[in-house]
Amino acid sequence: MIEKALKGSPRYFGALMVFLAIMGIGGGFYLVQLNQGLMITGLSRDVSWGFYIAQFTYMVGVAASAVMLVLPYYFHHYKAYSKMIIMGEFLAIAAVIMCLGFIVIDIGQPQRMLNVLINSTPGSVLFWDMVVLNGYLILNAVIGWTSLMAYWKRVSPPTWVKPLVYTSIIWAFSIHTVTAFLYAGLPGRHYWLTAILAARFLSSAFCSGPSILLLLMLLAKKLTKFDPGNEAIKSLSTTITYAMCVNVFFFLLEVFTAFYSNMPGHMDPILFLFSGFEGHTYMTPFMWTAAALGLTSLFLLIPPKWRENRDILVPALIMLVIGTWIDKGMGLIAAGFTPNPFEKVTEYLPTGPELMIALMIYAVGGFVLTILWKIALEVRAEVEGEPGK
Amino acid sequence: MQSSRRDFLKLAGVSALGLSAGTLGFLGEGAQAADALPNATNFAKPITAKRWAMVIDTAKFDDALIAKVIDSCHTAHNVPTIPGKQEIKWIWTEEFHGTFTSERPVHLADAQEHRKYLLLCNHCENPPCVRVCPTKATFKNKEGLVIMDYHRCIGCRYCMAGCPYGARSFNFQDPEKFVKNMNLLYPHRTRGVVEKCTFCVEKLAQGLMPNCVQASGGAMVFGDLQDPNSPVRKILKEKFAIRRNPSAGTEPGVFYIL
Repeated sequence: MIEKALKGSPRYFGALMVFLAIMGIGGGFYLVQLNQGLMITGLSRDVSWGFYIAQFTYMVGVAASAVMLVLPYYFHHYKAYSKMIIMGEFLAIAAVIMCLGFIVIDIGQPQRMLNVLINSTPGSVLFWDMVVLNGYLILNAVIGWTSLMAYWKRVSPPTWVKPLVYTSIIWAFSIHTVTAFLYAGLPGRHYWLTAILAARFLSSAFCSGPSILLLLMLLAKKLTKFDPGNEAIKSLSTTITYAMCVNVFFFLLEVFTAFYSNMPGHMDPILFLFSGFEGHTYMTPFMWTAAALGLTSLFLLIPPKWRENRDILVPALIMLVIGTWIDKGMGLIAAGFTPNPFEKVTEYLPTGPELMIALMIYAVGGFVLTILWKIALEVRAEVEGEPGK
Repeated sequence: MQSSRRDFLKLAGVSALGLSAGTLGFLGEGAQAADALPNATNFAKPITAKRWAMVIDTAKFDDALIAKVIDSCHTAHNVPTIPGKQEIKWIWTEEFHGTFTSERPVHLADAQEHRKYLLLCNHCENPPCVRVCPTKATFKNKEGLVIMDYHRCIGCRYCMAGCPYGARSFNFQDPEKFVKNMNLLYPHRTRGVVEKCTFCVEKLAQGLMPNCVQASGGAMVFGDLQDPNSPVRKILKEKFAIRRNPSAGTEPGVFYIL
């Protein structure tokens, strides 16, 4: 089956070449980072995690969101998703690979990373995050590949896949919950120290992840003969709309708790994000953009008539993805570290090299996803194209 | 039997180092420090405690004494002087508002407001940095010291996110060129690892007080928090002292007399 990745149109290989070129350029910057250390980033003593870890957090959500297809398909036998399920699982694989990549580029001594296994520390959430991420990668690779192989051979998937599928459903929730626990259990970081952080993570993941999947699938529909089916698109966009409503609601819960209680520690990070803190307003344009995009996307997605119109759906999904990305991929980390333990602000914005290295990981994800989706689409075309099938 | 063999090996190892380091040039840097190398007798009488703690009498500090205390620590431990926001600090100062953030005082007395407060690792009873470290690179020993194994640290900086006191620094770059006079008796760190104050665990092992306590001329008191006769308990019985951010539940081991 893998040989299907080796033959393709110039457009397919062109896309792979573009990803390889970005990886190459980003790789060059990564060599500089390996050589000089994380000093080339905008990180500091006060904001010690930044763009890399934020992208990791966002991508965990994308990986977990595959469950929004897997759950209805396997639990409720919702057949409309049959054409998309494999795409969702393969997107999860690419997303988890990116997550692991973002962690590796973030650590100061990458050659020592196996210390996490050698000195495994069950008390550390980071240890469990390593366990759930790698476990999810293996689960999705095995389930996705086996199901596709069975489909290709025109047989039903082996029975041992079923328990793995059910495991993967629970596992998907666990990867984003454990990632939220990385932040939620820390004293002195008020923006993260909230019981609904895991719930917020999941709600944001379940709207942004399927949005990315749907956008990519509509792109694939345009470029190939693949058609996920109207009912599937309709159902998935409904799921996205509900999840985004919950996401906004959960954020408003945080705002109420912080501002009605009037406790400075809880208000300060939110003030920092939306109105600035002690004159530091560098995050406010981003956060208001995110708020505007998020609310506009909801406004466009909630009426079913608009949602079913592709010309409105696509821009609404793009707005939703950018809005949630700013919230999680920029705001979450910065506000966790601001104000710092001395009630002061150290500004953080990623540097050029930092962005290029992050782009390298995104290119790795794009490369993996392109190959996996190519195989899946070819297999589908071959099976469906056969007369009498 | 076993312990005596270990003692012998320790003695043999240390004396071999002392003998050879003095004469063999190929050992490099170490050879130059041969005269000052501590030997087995230096470690024969360590001072121990059930729970080390420190009391800082903040009124006794002026700028000169603060500079002396910081210098004694930073030169002994090869703490680099890196300008900007990627700096390394083991012991430093903040004003009142930055030190006791949860107090949020108004109309603060002049004496307290214009004072500089020395900050360092609090060597907490329940250290979040130890809880979150995925490689056991930072750990609490049985005397309550929160210390680092720099060779285990993978540089994930989770401990920095976990510490509610901002006591940890990360080597964003190779610190060597920022250390003016390298103290060859103490290792300097590599890039990509976290470091912090260790309450001079290496001094205690030699029966000596921490550098800052020695330099403070009595303004910093160090001792066993669980021993009612220790100097820290005696001073805490007489004077009102507070700790930083007690609501974090970490039980800091550094007390401040205002």
